[in-house]
Amino acid sequence: MKYKSQKVAYWFFALCMLLFSLQIVYGFIMGFARIGMDGLHDFIPFNTARAVHTNLLVVWLLTGFMGAAYYIIPEESQRELVNVKLAYVQLISLAVVGVVAIVGYHFNYWEGRKFLEIPRELDFLVVINVLLFLGLILATLFTGKRKTTTALVLSMGLLFAALLYLPGMIWFDSQVTDSFFRWWVVHLWVEGVWELIMGGILSYLLIKLTGVDREVIEKWLYVIVGLTFLSGILGTGHHYYYIGVNKIWLIVGGIFSALEPLAFLAMALFAMYMYRKGEKSHPNKIALFWTIGASIVSFIGAGLLGFAHTLPQTNIYTHGTLVTAMHGHYAFWGAYAMIVLAIISYVMPNVTGRKLYNNARGHFAFWCANIGMLGMTVAFGVAGVAQVYMERKMKMEFMEVQNEISIHFVVLLLCATLFATGIILYIIEFLGYGKPTDEALVAAESID
Amino acid sequence: MLSKSQARTFFLGGTVVTFLAFIGLTVYSLQPNNDQTNHDKIDAKVVRGKELWESNNCMGCHTILGEGGYYAPELTKVIDRRGENYVKAVLQSPVPWAPRGRKMVVYKMNDKDTEALIAYLKWIGNINLNGFDQVVSPLAKDKIKN
Ligand code: HEM
Ligand code: HEM
Ligand SMILES: [Fe+2]
Repeated sequence: MKYKSQKVAYWFFALCMLLFSLQIVYGFIMGFARIGMDGLHDFIPFNTARAVHTNLLVVWLLTGFMGAAYYIIPEESQRELVNVKLAYVQLISLAVVGVVAIVGYHFNYWEGRKFLEIPRELDFLVVINVLLFLGLILATLFTGKRKTTTALVLSMGLLFAALLYLPGMIWFDSQVTDSFFRWWVVHLWVEGVWELIMGGILSYLLIKLTGVDREVIEKWLYVIVGLTFLSGILGTGHHYYYIGVNKIWLIVGGIFSALEPLAFLAMALFAMYMYRKGEKSHPNKIALFWTIGASIVSFIGAGLLGFAHTLPQTNIYTHGTLVTAMHGHYAFWGAYAMIVLAIISYVMPNVTGRKLYNNARGHFAFWCANIGMLGMTVAFGVAGVAQVYMERKMKMEFMEVQNEISIHFVVLLLCATLFATGIILYIIEFLGYGKPTDEALVAAESID
Repeated sequence: MLSKSQARTFFLGGTVVTFLAFIGLTVYSLQPNNDQTNHDKIDAKVVRGKELWESNNCMGCHTILGEGGYYAPELTKVIDRRGENYVKAVLQSPVPWAPRGRKMVVYKMNDKDTEALIAYLKWIGNINLNGFDQVVSPLAKDKIKN
């Protein structure tokens, strides 16, 4: 840590850990409901649990991105954050809006639009909050001593993510148009601007952890984000095949979304190549595990498993089945959850001055979480493929099929337990570091 | 070898070109003469139905047009498959509807709202889905065959 204001990041990461734990609890509620143990149905019906589970996911990831920006931007721009107090105001208001939304979901206060369930009144508060965040970040960046590509790509990703939230706030009478523009938010986030955020964080971590020359890393960063937009923007069409819009999207969406894995492949090759090439042997090995892990798992989860159902000929059968849930889990995990856990692992020793990395628990957490999530993905996948055959090919009734496949949810829950164990260990590690301190300014010099 | 400024040009160029193409295609596919949804049939009832669909987060369990939760049956073709009276019974049921064990939320919906939701589902059922309508959940005609 080089600047005192970088400590703000810690509190964002702490909120992350809290929201992530809650997300997992609601995941278990749904998993149990699916094997018939729905005792909570009257208080937390499935749609509540689902809205909470997915919204907490999005909010904790965004919180993690914000924390990452508060740590990375001052260091890249070589100055303190313009206003630390406002950063805390932003954190607290974010937490308040989040809590109100989550509580509201338990009382039928929501808008049933998948992933965008936050009611429109609260959307405006979200917008104000994000504007404050962007103001702080951009002011720091533009008054700083240098503007690095890494910082620009990261900030651009955050700025576009905010802008793209707006189309999701418009009301449409038609379900089809509603859905059309909902994808401008959901798809263009995860397969567009969030990849810029991921790329920015990844490149920062690689510069720090491998010691490879910044110019080389940043050149490839441009290539990666270039591939992302080249394929991802028109790739939005893969959500337009079968929702009631023109057939042109079958061709455009099919071709361009099939190219999307290239950006993730490039990211994985990039990380592994830089790691090999790097001469620096950074002591924080666990941060390196999460970093390289994110680049590889995102390629499998988003790239390969996304490709598996992105062609119109396949998607006509798998659209809206558990196959989608299989891909959703591994893609979000590999690309975004893991990169946030990577930056947290890197930042913690630096803001607290305690070099507690490289104990067995941290590595155990990494493997439990990853093997658990892989198992969950396989369970969803097997259930999904079976569902597709029985329901869409053999024309069996929905619930008849669900009863046939419920055994896979027992497997899912077992793997989820392993996964949750990994995350609990990760959080214990996190807590073990204690609070951030200014003394870390000196102590951390040797490790950043 | 590729230089950093060439890499940046690739990024900016690719983004601008595909973005413009995307906007063009969006305008094209939202043209009234490309409509596949019977947009003109959206009346006050259908709009009210959509409001109810959203305010109760039906999509949190069911899929419609293949979008939503995977916990409860796909509803795009539900009127075709079950008929209006069945849907009415589900929405107005005073106890959780659960013919095969898995429970739905109790809505005890009044007649007016029920009508609106049925109008909405009917409108949904007539959308041209580029062939997906033939695959999504068993259609009424497939059920007769079995
Ligand atoms: C990190 C990146 C990605 C994340 C986080 C992600 C996540 C998701 C999620 C959550 C859904 C479900 C959306 C819904 O039904 O509401 C979805 C759907 C989909 N994704 Fe991805 N995805 C990513 C990348 C990709 C890539 C690169 C491809 C293609 C190569 C892809 C192909 C698809 C397709 C075809 C669907 C639609 C499934 C359906 O019709 O039900 N995804 N994705
Ligand atoms: C204990 C761990 C977890 C369990 C048991 C679990 C279970 C579930 C279940 C049952 C669903 C609903 C599927 C349906 O509609 O029927 C779901 C949805 C979802 N979960 Fe999880 N989950 C867990 C952890 C996670 C994690 C760590 C992530 C992200 C990294 C995640 C991301 C998602 C997403 C994106 C969806 C929406 C998928 C879609 O609509 O296609 N979950 N989860
Ligand atoms: Fe997508």
